[in-house]
Amino acid sequence: MKTRVIWFLLPALLLMSVSAFLPVMTVLNYSLHVLFAGSIPKYIGLENYKAAMHTEPFVKAIGRQFIYTLEILLLEIPLGLALAMTLPKKGIFVGLVLVLLGIPLLIPWNVVGIIWRLFIRADIGVLPEAFKRIGVAYSVEKAHPAWWTVIAMDVWHWTPLVTLLCYAGLRAIPQEFYQAARVDSASKFATFRYVTLPKLKHVMIIAVLLRSMDSFKVYSEPFILTAGGPGTTTELLSLFVSRQAIGAFNLGLSSAFSLIYFIIVLVMCYVLYVTMTQIGERR
Amino acid sequence: MRQTGKRRGNSGAGKVIILVFYFILLFIPIYWMLNTSFKSNTEIQGMLTLFPAEVTGRNYLKIFTDPLWVRSFIQTIGYVVINVVMVLAAAIPAAYAFSRLRFRGQQHLFFWLLTNRMAPGAAFLVPMFILFSSLGLFDTMIAVSLAHCLFNLPLAIWILEGFMRGIPREIDETAFIDGYSFLRFFWKIFMPLIKQGVGVTAFFCFMFSWVELLLCRTLTSVGVKPVSVALTRSLGAGGWDYGVIAAAGVLTMIPGAVVVYFVRNYIVKGFAMGRV
Repeated sequence: MKTRVIWFLLPALLLMSVSAFLPVMTVLNYSLHVLFAGSIPKYIGLENYKAAMHTEPFVKAIGRQFIYTLEILLLEIPLGLALAMTLPKKGIFVGLVLVLLGIPLLIPWNVVGIIWRLFIRADIGVLPEAFKRIGVAYSVEKAHPAWWTVIAMDVWHWTPLVTLLCYAGLRAIPQEFYQAARVDSASKFATFRYVTLPKLKHVMIIAVLLRSMDSFKVYSEPFILTAGGPGTTTELLSLFVSRQAIGAFNLGLSSAFSLIYFIIVLVMCYVLYVTMTQIGERR
Repeated sequence: MRQTGKRRGNSGAGKVIILVFYFILLFIPIYWMLNTSFKSNTEIQGMLTLFPAEVTGRNYLKIFTDPLWVRSFIQTIGYVVINVVMVLAAAIPAAYAFSRLRFRGQQHLFFWLLTNRMAPGAAFLVPMFILFSSLGLFDTMIAVSLAHCLFNLPLAIWILEGFMRGIPREIDETAFIDGYSFLRFFWKIFMPLIKQGVGVTAFFCFMFSWVELLLCRTLTSVGVKPVSVALTRSLGAGGWDYGVIAAAGVLTMIPGAVVVYFVRNYIVKGFAMGRV
Protein backbone atom coordinates (compact mmCIF):
# COMPACT_ATOMS: atom_id res chain seq x y z
CA MET A 1 0.00 0.00 0.00
CA LYS A 2 2.69 2.46 1.06
CA THR A 3 4.72 2.13 -2.11
CA ARG A 4 1.64 2.63 -4.27
CA VAL A 5 0.90 6.12 -3.01
CA ILE A 6 3.92 7.64 -4.67
CA TRP A 7 2.91 6.34 -8.09
CA PHE A 8 -0.49 7.98 -7.75
CA LEU A 9 1.05 11.28 -6.79
CA LEU A 10 4.12 11.28 -9.00
CA PRO A 11 2.67 12.89 -12.16
CA ALA A 12 1.02 15.66 -10.15
CA LEU A 13 4.15 16.28 -8.10
CA LEU A 14 6.33 16.43 -11.21
CA LEU A 15 4.06 18.98 -12.85
CA MET A 16 3.81 21.03 -9.68
CA SER A 17 7.55 21.05 -9.22
CA VAL A 18 7.95 22.71 -12.61
CA SER A 19 5.08 25.15 -12.27
CA ALA A 20 5.20 25.92 -8.56
CA PHE A 21 8.03 24.50 -6.47
CA LEU A 22 11.00 25.53 -8.61
CA PRO A 23 9.67 29.05 -9.21
CA VAL A 24 9.03 29.64 -5.49
CA MET A 25 12.48 28.40 -4.58
CA THR A 26 14.01 30.58 -7.29
CA VAL A 27 12.22 33.68 -6.04
CA LEU A 28 13.29 32.90 -2.49
CA ASN A 29 16.90 32.47 -3.62
CA TYR A 30 16.90 35.68 -5.65
CA SER A 31 15.34 37.70 -2.87
CA LEU A 32 18.31 36.96 -0.61
CA HIS A 33 20.88 38.23 -3.08
CA VAL A 34 22.01 41.44 -4.68
CA LEU A 35 21.17 40.54 -8.21
CA PHE A 36 21.14 42.75 -11.24
CA ALA A 37 20.51 41.21 -14.63
CA GLY A 38 23.83 39.87 -15.86
CA SER A 39 25.89 40.51 -12.71
CA ILE A 40 27.30 38.00 -10.23
CA PRO A 41 24.87 37.47 -7.32
CA LYS A 42 25.98 38.31 -3.80
CA TYR A 43 24.26 37.06 -0.65
CA ILE A 44 22.88 39.85 1.53
CA GLY A 45 20.36 38.15 3.79
CA LEU A 46 17.17 40.09 4.36
CA GLU A 47 18.41 43.45 3.04
CA ASN A 48 16.09 43.26 0.01
CA TYR A 49 13.09 42.85 2.29
CA LYS A 50 14.09 45.89 4.31
CA ALA A 51 14.48 47.86 1.12
CA ALA A 52 11.11 46.61 -0.12
CA MET A 53 9.34 47.71 3.04
CA HIS A 54 10.89 51.13 2.61
CA THR A 55 9.79 51.43 -1.01
CA GLU A 56 6.96 53.90 -0.85
CA PRO A 57 5.01 52.79 -3.96
CA PHE A 58 5.02 49.21 -2.70
CA VAL A 59 3.77 50.11 0.76
CA LYS A 60 1.15 52.33 -0.83
CA ALA A 61 0.05 49.50 -3.15
CA ILE A 62 -0.36 47.21 -0.12
CA GLY A 63 -2.46 49.84 1.61
CA ARG A 64 -4.52 50.41 -1.51
CA GLN A 65 -5.06 46.67 -1.84
CA PHE A 66 -6.39 46.39 1.72
CA ILE A 67 -8.74 49.33 1.19
CA TYR A 68 -9.94 47.77 -2.07
CA THR A 69 -10.65 44.43 -0.41
CA LEU A 70 -12.43 46.09 2.50
CA GLU A 71 -14.62 48.16 0.19
CA ILE A 72 -15.64 45.32 -2.08
CA LEU A 73 -16.46 43.17 0.96
CA LEU A 74 -18.62 45.93 2.46
CA LEU A 75 -20.52 46.18 -0.81
CA GLU A 76 -20.63 42.58 -2.01
CA ILE A 77 -21.50 40.72 1.18
CA PRO A 78 -24.65 42.70 2.17
CA LEU A 79 -25.74 43.02 -1.46
CA GLY A 80 -25.18 39.34 -2.12
CA LEU A 81 -27.10 38.33 0.98
CA ALA A 82 -29.97 40.70 0.18
CA LEU A 83 -30.20 39.32 -3.34
CA ALA A 84 -30.12 35.73 -2.12
CA MET A 85 -33.11 36.51 0.07
CA THR A 86 -35.08 37.93 -2.84
CA LEU A 87 -34.43 34.90 -5.06
CA PRO A 88 -37.41 32.57 -5.46
CA LYS A 89 -37.04 29.35 -3.49
CA LYS A 90 -39.21 27.25 -5.74
CA GLY A 91 -41.09 27.51 -8.99
CA ILE A 92 -40.35 27.31 -12.66
CA PHE A 93 -38.06 30.34 -12.66
CA VAL A 94 -35.51 29.12 -10.13
CA GLY A 95 -33.22 27.47 -12.65
CA LEU A 96 -33.43 30.35 -15.10
CA VAL A 97 -32.78 33.00 -12.44
CA LEU A 98 -29.76 31.10 -11.11
CA VAL A 99 -28.24 30.72 -14.57
CA LEU A 100 -28.80 34.41 -15.42
CA LEU A 101 -27.31 35.38 -12.10
CA GLY A 102 -24.24 33.24 -12.67
CA ILE A 103 -23.42 34.73 -16.07
CA PRO A 104 -20.86 37.32 -14.86
CA LEU A 105 -18.98 34.53 -13.07
CA LEU A 106 -18.64 32.61 -16.30
CA ILE A 107 -17.42 35.49 -18.44
CA PRO A 108 -13.68 35.28 -18.98
CA TRP A 109 -11.96 37.80 -16.72
CA ASN A 110 -10.20 39.63 -19.49
CA VAL A 111 -13.52 40.00 -21.30
CA VAL A 112 -14.97 41.50 -18.11
CA GLY A 113 -12.28 44.14 -18.46
CA ILE A 114 -13.12 44.66 -22.14
CA ILE A 115 -16.84 44.89 -21.41
CA TRP A 116 -16.27 47.56 -18.81
CA ARG A 117 -13.76 49.46 -20.88
CA LEU A 118 -16.19 49.70 -23.77
CA PHE A 119 -18.88 50.64 -21.26
CA ILE A 120 -17.06 53.52 -19.58
CA ARG A 121 -14.88 55.08 -22.26
CA ALA A 122 -15.60 58.75 -22.68
CA ASP A 123 -15.91 58.65 -26.46
CA ILE A 124 -17.84 55.41 -27.02
CA GLY A 125 -19.27 54.30 -23.66
CA VAL A 126 -22.85 54.56 -22.55
CA LEU A 127 -22.06 55.23 -18.88
CA PRO A 128 -20.31 58.61 -19.30
CA GLU A 129 -23.16 59.67 -21.59
CA ALA A 130 -25.75 58.65 -18.99
CA PHE A 131 -23.90 60.62 -16.31
CA LYS A 132 -23.70 63.63 -18.60
CA ARG A 133 -27.47 63.54 -19.17
CA ILE A 134 -28.12 63.74 -15.40
CA GLY A 135 -25.46 66.40 -15.02
CA VAL A 136 -22.75 64.51 -13.14
CA ALA A 137 -19.13 64.93 -14.17
CA TYR A 138 -17.60 61.53 -14.81
CA SER A 139 -14.31 60.57 -16.35
CA VAL A 140 -12.04 57.60 -15.71
CA GLU A 141 -9.15 59.94 -16.37
CA LYS A 142 -9.72 61.26 -12.85
CA ALA A 143 -8.63 59.40 -9.74
CA HIS A 144 -11.89 59.09 -7.82
CA PRO A 145 -14.18 58.00 -10.64
CA ALA A 146 -11.49 55.56 -11.84
CA TRP A 147 -11.24 54.00 -8.37
CA TRP A 148 -14.99 53.63 -8.01
CA THR A 149 -15.28 52.21 -11.50
CA VAL A 150 -12.79 49.48 -10.63
CA ILE A 151 -14.78 48.80 -7.44
CA ALA A 152 -18.06 48.78 -9.36
CA MET A 153 -16.62 46.31 -11.85
CA ASP A 154 -15.61 43.96 -9.04
CA VAL A 155 -19.04 44.24 -7.42
CA TRP A 156 -20.71 43.62 -10.77
CA HIS A 157 -18.49 40.61 -11.40
CA TRP A 158 -18.42 38.87 -8.02
CA THR A 159 -21.62 39.68 -6.12
CA PRO A 160 -23.32 36.72 -7.87
CA LEU A 161 -20.83 34.35 -6.24
CA VAL A 162 -21.76 35.66 -2.79
CA THR A 163 -25.42 35.38 -3.75
CA LEU A 164 -25.09 31.77 -4.87
CA LEU A 165 -23.24 30.84 -1.69
CA CYS A 166 -25.82 32.58 0.52
CA TYR A 167 -28.65 31.06 -1.49
CA ALA A 168 -27.27 27.56 -0.94
CA GLY A 169 -26.93 28.41 2.75
CA LEU A 170 -30.49 29.75 2.99
CA ARG A 171 -31.89 26.66 1.34
CA ALA A 172 -30.16 24.51 3.95
CA ILE A 173 -32.04 26.17 6.86
CA PRO A 174 -34.90 23.86 7.91
CA GLN A 175 -38.34 25.51 7.60
CA GLU A 176 -39.14 24.50 11.22
CA PHE A 177 -36.99 27.35 12.48
CA TYR A 178 -39.13 29.90 10.64
CA GLN A 179 -42.32 28.25 11.80
CA ALA A 180 -41.07 28.42 15.39
CA ALA A 181 -40.23 32.10 14.92
CA ARG A 182 -43.72 32.72 13.56
CA VAL A 183 -45.30 30.93 16.52
CA ASP A 184 -43.33 33.25 18.78
CA SER A 185 -44.63 36.10 16.54
CA ALA A 186 -41.12 37.33 16.02
CA SER A 187 -40.78 40.41 13.82
CA LYS A 188 -39.24 40.11 10.38
CA PHE A 189 -36.07 41.74 11.59
CA ALA A 190 -35.85 39.55 14.66
CA THR A 191 -36.32 36.44 12.53
CA PHE A 192 -33.55 37.61 10.26
CA ARG A 193 -31.26 38.56 13.14
CA TYR A 194 -31.78 35.51 15.34
CA VAL A 195 -32.66 32.73 12.88
CA THR A 196 -31.25 33.47 9.45
CA LEU A 197 -27.95 35.18 10.25
CA PRO A 198 -26.63 32.66 12.80
CA LYS A 199 -27.45 29.81 10.44
CA LEU A 200 -25.65 31.55 7.61
CA LYS A 201 -22.55 32.24 9.66
CA HIS A 202 -20.41 29.50 8.10
CA VAL A 203 -21.40 30.32 4.55
CA MET A 204 -20.69 34.00 5.18
CA ILE A 205 -17.26 33.25 6.58
CA ILE A 206 -16.42 31.23 3.49
CA ALA A 207 -17.73 34.00 1.22
CA VAL A 208 -15.69 36.66 3.03
CA LEU A 209 -12.51 34.60 2.91
CA LEU A 210 -12.91 33.57 -0.72
CA ARG A 211 -13.58 37.13 -1.80
CA SER A 212 -10.70 38.57 0.25
CA MET A 213 -8.26 36.12 -1.21
CA ASP A 214 -9.42 36.43 -4.78
CA SER A 215 -9.50 40.21 -4.58
CA PHE A 216 -5.83 40.12 -3.59
CA LYS A 217 -5.06 38.29 -6.80
CA VAL A 218 -7.22 40.30 -9.18
CA TYR A 219 -5.18 41.31 -12.21
CA SER A 220 -6.77 41.09 -15.67
CA GLU A 221 -9.82 43.25 -15.06
CA PRO A 222 -8.16 46.35 -13.56
CA PHE A 223 -5.21 45.94 -15.92
CA ILE A 224 -7.47 46.16 -18.95
CA LEU A 225 -9.76 48.79 -17.47
CA THR A 226 -7.30 51.34 -16.12
CA ALA A 227 -3.84 49.66 -16.14
CA GLY A 228 -3.42 51.15 -12.66
CA GLY A 229 -3.99 54.70 -13.84
CA PRO A 230 -4.48 57.58 -13.74
CA GLY A 231 -0.97 57.72 -12.24
CA THR A 232 -0.92 54.87 -9.77
CA THR A 233 -4.29 55.59 -8.17
CA THR A 234 -5.81 52.23 -9.09
CA GLU A 235 -2.61 50.20 -9.03
CA LEU A 236 -3.44 47.17 -6.93
CA LEU A 237 -0.80 44.89 -5.48
CA SER A 238 -0.76 42.41 -8.38
CA LEU A 239 -0.36 45.25 -10.88
CA PHE A 240 2.52 46.74 -8.92
CA VAL A 241 4.35 43.45 -8.43
CA SER A 242 4.01 42.37 -12.05
CA ARG A 243 5.09 45.78 -13.33
CA GLN A 244 8.19 45.44 -11.18
CA ALA A 245 8.81 41.89 -12.38
CA ILE A 246 8.36 42.40 -16.11
CA GLY A 247 11.59 43.80 -17.45
CA ALA A 248 12.98 44.00 -13.95
CA PHE A 249 16.49 45.33 -13.55
CA ASN A 250 16.94 44.75 -9.84
CA LEU A 251 15.90 41.09 -9.66
CA GLY A 252 16.63 40.77 -5.94
CA LEU A 253 14.32 43.59 -4.95
CA SER A 254 11.51 42.59 -7.30
CA SER A 255 11.75 39.03 -5.97
CA ALA A 256 11.37 40.39 -2.46
CA PHE A 257 8.20 42.24 -3.59
CA SER A 258 6.89 39.01 -5.11
CA LEU A 259 7.59 36.97 -2.01
CA ILE A 260 6.02 39.45 0.42
CA TYR A 261 2.94 39.47 -1.80
CA PHE A 262 2.95 35.67 -1.91
CA ILE A 263 3.22 35.42 1.88
CA ILE A 264 0.26 37.76 2.43
CA VAL A 265 -1.89 35.56 0.18
CA LEU A 266 -0.51 32.42 1.83
CA VAL A 267 -1.56 33.59 5.28
CA MET A 268 -5.08 34.32 4.02
CA CYS A 269 -5.13 30.93 2.35
CA TYR A 270 -4.15 29.21 5.58
CA VAL A 271 -6.96 30.94 7.47
CA LEU A 272 -9.44 29.84 4.79
CA TYR A 273 -8.22 26.25 4.81
CA VAL A 274 -8.36 25.92 8.59
CA THR A 275 -11.81 27.52 8.72
CA MET A 276 -13.23 25.31 6.00
CA THR A 277 -11.78 22.16 7.55
CA GLN A 278 -13.30 23.07 10.90
CA ILE A 279 -16.66 23.81 9.37
CA GLY A 280 -16.48 20.52 7.48
CA GLU A 281 -15.81 18.62 10.70
CA ARG A 282 -18.61 20.33 12.60
CA ARG A 283 -21.12 19.22 9.99
CA MET B 1 -49.34 30.40 7.69
CA ARG B 2 -52.43 31.13 5.69
CA GLN B 3 -53.27 34.55 7.07
CA THR B 4 -49.84 35.92 6.19
CA GLY B 5 -50.30 34.87 2.60
CA LYS B 6 -51.45 38.27 1.37
CA ARG B 7 -48.65 40.20 2.97
CA ARG B 8 -46.12 37.78 1.54
CA GLY B 9 -47.70 38.16 -1.86
CA ASN B 10 -47.03 41.90 -1.73
CA SER B 11 -43.43 41.53 -0.71
CA GLY B 12 -43.16 38.95 -3.50
CA ALA B 13 -43.96 41.67 -6.04
CA GLY B 14 -41.32 43.87 -4.43
CA LYS B 15 -38.80 41.08 -4.72
CA VAL B 16 -39.53 40.62 -8.39
CA ILE B 17 -39.00 44.35 -9.01
CA ILE B 18 -35.67 44.29 -7.15
CA LEU B 19 -34.55 41.24 -9.10
CA VAL B 20 -35.57 42.66 -12.45
CA PHE B 21 -33.78 45.93 -11.65
CA TYR B 22 -30.65 44.02 -10.64
CA PHE B 23 -30.69 41.92 -13.79
CA ILE B 24 -31.01 45.05 -15.92
CA LEU B 25 -27.90 46.49 -14.25
CA LEU B 26 -26.20 43.16 -14.74
CA PHE B 27 -26.86 42.99 -18.44
CA ILE B 28 -26.38 46.57 -19.61
CA PRO B 29 -22.58 46.31 -19.83
CA ILE B 30 -22.75 42.91 -21.56
CA TYR B 31 -25.35 44.22 -23.97
CA TRP B 32 -23.18 47.23 -24.71
CA MET B 33 -20.31 45.03 -25.88
CA LEU B 34 -22.65 42.91 -28.01
CA ASN B 35 -24.17 46.07 -29.45
CA THR B 36 -20.75 47.55 -30.20
CA SER B 37 -19.57 44.38 -31.91
CA PHE B 38 -22.29 44.71 -34.56
CA LYS B 39 -21.69 48.38 -35.35
CA SER B 40 -19.48 49.98 -37.90
CA ASN B 41 -16.64 52.07 -36.53
CA THR B 42 -18.14 55.35 -37.75
CA GLU B 43 -21.30 54.57 -35.81
CA ILE B 44 -19.38 53.50 -32.67
CA GLN B 45 -17.45 56.74 -32.56
CA GLY B 46 -19.95 59.07 -34.13
CA MET B 47 -23.06 58.63 -32.01
CA LEU B 48 -24.38 56.64 -29.09
CA THR B 49 -27.06 54.32 -30.37
CA LEU B 50 -28.79 51.72 -28.25
CA PHE B 51 -29.26 49.50 -31.28
CA PRO B 52 -26.92 49.23 -34.24
CA ALA B 53 -28.43 51.50 -36.92
CA GLU B 54 -26.99 49.16 -39.44
CA VAL B 55 -26.10 45.65 -38.30
CA THR B 56 -22.75 44.70 -39.75
CA GLY B 57 -20.75 41.51 -39.57
CA ARG B 58 -17.62 43.36 -40.62
CA ASN B 59 -15.95 43.10 -37.21
CA TYR B 60 -16.40 39.34 -37.04
CA LEU B 61 -15.40 38.90 -40.67
CA LYS B 62 -12.26 40.87 -40.00
CA ILE B 63 -11.26 38.50 -37.22
CA PHE B 64 -12.01 35.38 -39.24
CA THR B 65 -10.06 36.62 -42.25
CA ASP B 66 -7.10 38.06 -40.36
CA PRO B 67 -4.49 35.27 -40.20
CA LEU B 68 -3.03 36.73 -37.00
CA TRP B 69 -6.35 36.54 -35.15
CA VAL B 70 -7.09 33.06 -36.51
CA ARG B 71 -3.64 31.90 -35.44
CA SER B 72 -4.21 33.38 -31.98
CA PHE B 73 -7.44 31.49 -31.54
CA ILE B 74 -5.93 28.20 -32.77
CA GLN B 75 -2.86 28.55 -30.57
CA THR B 76 -4.95 29.41 -27.54
CA ILE B 77 -7.19 26.40 -28.04
CA GLY B 78 -3.98 24.39 -28.52
CA TYR B 79 -2.35 25.25 -25.21
CA VAL B 80 -5.63 25.10 -23.33
CA VAL B 81 -6.29 21.55 -24.58
CA ILE B 82 -2.72 20.44 -23.79
CA ASN B 83 -3.15 21.92 -20.32
CA VAL B 84 -6.49 20.21 -19.67
CA VAL B 85 -5.19 16.82 -20.84
CA MET B 86 -2.04 17.13 -18.73
CA VAL B 87 -3.94 18.29 -15.69
CA LEU B 88 -6.55 15.53 -15.87
CA ALA B 89 -3.94 12.82 -16.44
CA ALA B 90 -2.07 13.93 -13.32
CA ALA B 91 -5.02 14.96 -11.16
CA ILE B 92 -7.19 11.84 -11.42
CA PRO B 93 -4.67 9.47 -9.82
CA ALA B 94 -3.61 12.11 -7.28
CA ALA B 95 -7.21 12.82 -6.27
CA TYR B 96 -7.77 9.07 -5.92
CA ALA B 97 -4.81 8.87 -3.56
CA PHE B 98 -6.13 11.76 -1.47
CA SER B 99 -9.66 10.40 -1.25
CA ARG B 100 -8.86 6.68 -0.75
CA LEU B 101 -5.41 6.16 0.66
CA ARG B 102 -3.97 7.31 3.94
CA PHE B 103 -0.37 8.39 4.04
CA ARG B 104 1.92 10.48 6.15
CA GLY B 105 1.89 14.20 5.44
CA GLN B 106 -1.39 13.93 3.55
CA GLN B 107 -2.95 17.02 5.14
CA HIS B 108 0.18 19.08 4.61
CA LEU B 109 0.54 18.04 1.01
CA PHE B 110 -3.10 18.85 0.34
CA PHE B 111 -2.69 22.27 1.93
CA TRP B 112 0.45 22.94 -0.08
CA LEU B 113 -1.41 22.08 -3.28
CA LEU B 114 -4.26 24.36 -2.28
CA THR B 115 -1.91 27.27 -1.67
CA ASN B 116 -0.79 27.00 -5.28
CA ARG B 117 -4.36 27.30 -6.49
CA MET B 118 -4.47 30.53 -4.53
CA ALA B 119 -0.96 31.66 -5.40
CA PRO B 120 -0.85 34.99 -7.20
CA GLY B 121 0.60 34.57 -10.68
CA ALA B 122 2.29 37.96 -10.40
CA ALA B 123 4.69 36.55 -7.82
CA PHE B 124 5.91 33.86 -10.22
CA LEU B 125 6.72 35.94 -13.27
CA VAL B 126 10.48 36.33 -12.92
CA PRO B 127 11.38 32.72 -12.06
CA MET B 128 8.98 31.27 -14.63
CA PHE B 129 10.42 33.45 -17.32
CA ILE B 130 13.95 32.39 -16.41
CA LEU B 131 13.05 28.72 -15.95
CA PHE B 132 11.25 28.34 -19.25
CA SER B 133 13.88 30.36 -21.10
CA SER B 134 16.65 28.10 -19.79
CA LEU B 135 14.64 25.03 -20.81
CA GLY B 136 14.33 26.51 -24.28
CA LEU B 137 10.54 26.58 -23.95
CA PHE B 138 10.01 30.33 -23.95
CA ASP B 139 7.38 31.44 -26.47
CA THR B 140 5.95 27.93 -26.95
CA MET B 141 2.51 26.55 -26.24
CA ILE B 142 4.03 23.93 -23.90
CA ALA B 143 5.44 26.67 -21.65
CA VAL B 144 2.03 28.29 -21.24
CA SER B 145 0.27 24.99 -20.57
CA LEU B 146 2.92 23.98 -18.02
CA ALA B 147 2.69 27.36 -16.30
CA HIS B 148 -1.09 27.11 -16.11
CA CYS B 149 -0.73 23.86 -14.15
CA LEU B 150 0.18 26.17 -11.26
CA PHE B 151 -3.46 26.96 -10.56
CA ASN B 152 -5.32 24.31 -12.61
CA LEU B 153 -3.76 21.17 -11.18
CA PRO B 154 -4.55 21.97 -7.52
CA LEU B 155 -8.03 23.06 -8.53
CA ALA B 156 -8.57 19.80 -10.44
CA ILE B 157 -7.34 17.68 -7.55
CA TRP B 158 -9.56 19.62 -5.18
CA ILE B 159 -12.75 19.25 -7.25
CA LEU B 160 -12.11 15.60 -8.14
CA GLU B 161 -11.31 14.68 -4.55
CA GLY B 162 -14.71 16.09 -3.57
CA PHE B 163 -16.48 13.99 -6.18
CA MET B 164 -14.51 10.84 -5.33
CA ARG B 165 -15.20 11.20 -1.62
CA GLY B 166 -18.90 10.99 -2.46
CA ILE B 167 -18.45 7.49 -3.89
CA PRO B 168 -18.65 4.78 -1.25
CA ARG B 169 -15.46 2.86 -0.57
CA GLU B 170 -17.43 -0.39 -0.60
CA ILE B 171 -17.53 -0.17 -4.38
CA ASP B 172 -13.73 -0.42 -4.55
CA GLU B 173 -13.67 -3.29 -2.08
CA THR B 174 -16.43 -5.25 -3.81
CA ALA B 175 -14.66 -4.91 -7.14
CA PHE B 176 -11.38 -6.20 -5.72
CA ILE B 177 -13.16 -9.16 -4.08
CA ASP B 178 -14.76 -9.89 -7.43
CA GLY B 179 -11.26 -10.22 -8.80
CA TYR B 180 -10.94 -7.01 -10.77
CA SER B 181 -7.38 -5.86 -11.28
CA PHE B 182 -6.78 -2.31 -10.11
CA LEU B 183 -6.47 -0.82 -13.56
CA ARG B 184 -9.56 -2.63 -14.87
CA PHE B 185 -11.56 -1.52 -11.84
CA PHE B 186 -10.38 2.04 -12.27
CA TRP B 187 -11.20 2.23 -15.94
CA LYS B 188 -14.41 0.14 -16.07
CA ILE B 189 -16.07 0.99 -12.76
CA PHE B 190 -14.54 4.04 -11.14
CA MET B 191 -14.16 6.34 -14.12
CA PRO B 192 -17.80 6.03 -15.24
CA LEU B 193 -18.85 6.91 -11.69
CA ILE B 194 -16.87 10.13 -11.59
CA LYS B 195 -17.31 11.19 -15.20
CA GLN B 196 -19.49 14.15 -14.20
CA GLY B 197 -16.74 15.26 -11.86
CA VAL B 198 -14.21 14.92 -14.66
CA GLY B 199 -16.49 17.02 -16.89
CA VAL B 200 -16.83 19.79 -14.32
CA THR B 201 -13.09 19.74 -13.67
CA ALA B 202 -12.29 19.90 -17.38
CA PHE B 203 -14.66 22.83 -17.70
CA PHE B 204 -13.07 24.89 -14.96
CA CYS B 205 -9.53 24.10 -16.11
CA PHE B 206 -10.54 25.06 -19.62
CA MET B 207 -12.03 28.35 -18.43
CA PHE B 208 -9.13 29.38 -16.23
CA SER B 209 -6.51 28.53 -18.82
CA TRP B 210 -8.52 30.18 -21.60
CA VAL B 211 -8.79 33.52 -19.83
CA GLU B 212 -5.45 33.72 -18.05
CA LEU B 213 -3.60 36.85 -19.06
CA LEU B 214 -0.58 37.55 -16.89
CA LEU B 215 1.45 34.33 -17.23
CA CYS B 216 0.78 33.83 -20.92
CA ARG B 217 1.66 37.47 -21.55
CA THR B 218 5.02 36.98 -19.86
CA LEU B 219 5.85 33.62 -21.43
CA THR B 220 5.13 34.47 -25.05
CA SER B 221 6.30 37.05 -27.55
CA VAL B 222 5.95 36.57 -31.30
CA GLY B 223 5.78 32.82 -31.88
CA VAL B 224 2.71 32.31 -29.75
CA LYS B 225 0.10 35.01 -29.30
CA PRO B 226 -2.73 34.05 -26.94
CA VAL B 227 -6.12 35.63 -27.60
CA SER B 228 -6.15 37.43 -24.26
CA VAL B 229 -2.78 38.96 -25.13
CA ALA B 230 -3.86 39.89 -28.65
CA LEU B 231 -6.86 41.64 -27.12
CA THR B 232 -4.84 43.71 -24.69
CA ARG B 233 -2.13 44.51 -27.20
CA SER B 234 -4.68 45.97 -29.55
CA LEU B 235 -6.07 47.90 -26.58
CA GLY B 236 -2.71 49.46 -25.91
CA ALA B 237 -2.13 50.56 -29.48
CA GLY B 238 -3.04 54.12 -30.36
CA GLY B 239 -6.05 54.02 -32.66
CA TRP B 240 -7.80 50.88 -31.65
CA ASP B 241 -10.49 49.19 -33.54
CA TYR B 242 -13.34 49.15 -31.01
CA GLY B 243 -15.63 47.04 -33.16
CA VAL B 244 -13.06 44.28 -33.63
CA ILE B 245 -12.18 44.25 -29.93
CA ALA B 246 -15.84 43.94 -28.99
CA ALA B 247 -16.29 41.14 -31.50
CA ALA B 248 -13.19 39.34 -30.20
CA GLY B 249 -14.59 39.73 -26.68
CA VAL B 250 -17.85 38.12 -27.76
CA LEU B 251 -15.97 35.29 -29.51
CA THR B 252 -13.86 34.70 -26.40
CA MET B 253 -17.04 34.09 -24.43
CA ILE B 254 -18.31 31.40 -26.79
CA PRO B 255 -16.15 28.37 -25.89
CA GLY B 256 -16.98 28.85 -22.22
CA ALA B 257 -20.68 29.16 -23.01
CA VAL B 258 -20.60 25.92 -25.03
CA VAL B 259 -18.91 24.00 -22.23
CA VAL B 260 -21.29 25.54 -19.67
CA TYR B 261 -24.17 24.12 -21.64
CA PHE B 262 -22.77 20.59 -21.30
CA VAL B 263 -22.12 20.73 -17.57
CA ARG B 264 -24.94 23.16 -16.68
CA ASN B 265 -26.45 20.95 -13.99
CA TYR B 266 -23.22 20.73 -12.03
CA ILE B 267 -21.94 24.28 -12.19
CA VAL B 268 -24.03 25.53 -9.29
CA LYS B 269 -22.93 22.53 -7.29
CA GLY B 270 -19.32 23.33 -8.08
CA PHE B 271 -19.72 26.94 -6.97
CA ALA B 272 -21.74 25.98 -3.92
CA MET B 273 -19.07 23.55 -2.79
CA GLY B 274 -16.83 26.58 -2.62
CA ARG B 275 -14.32 24.63 -4.64
CA VAL B 276 -14.05 27.16 -7.39
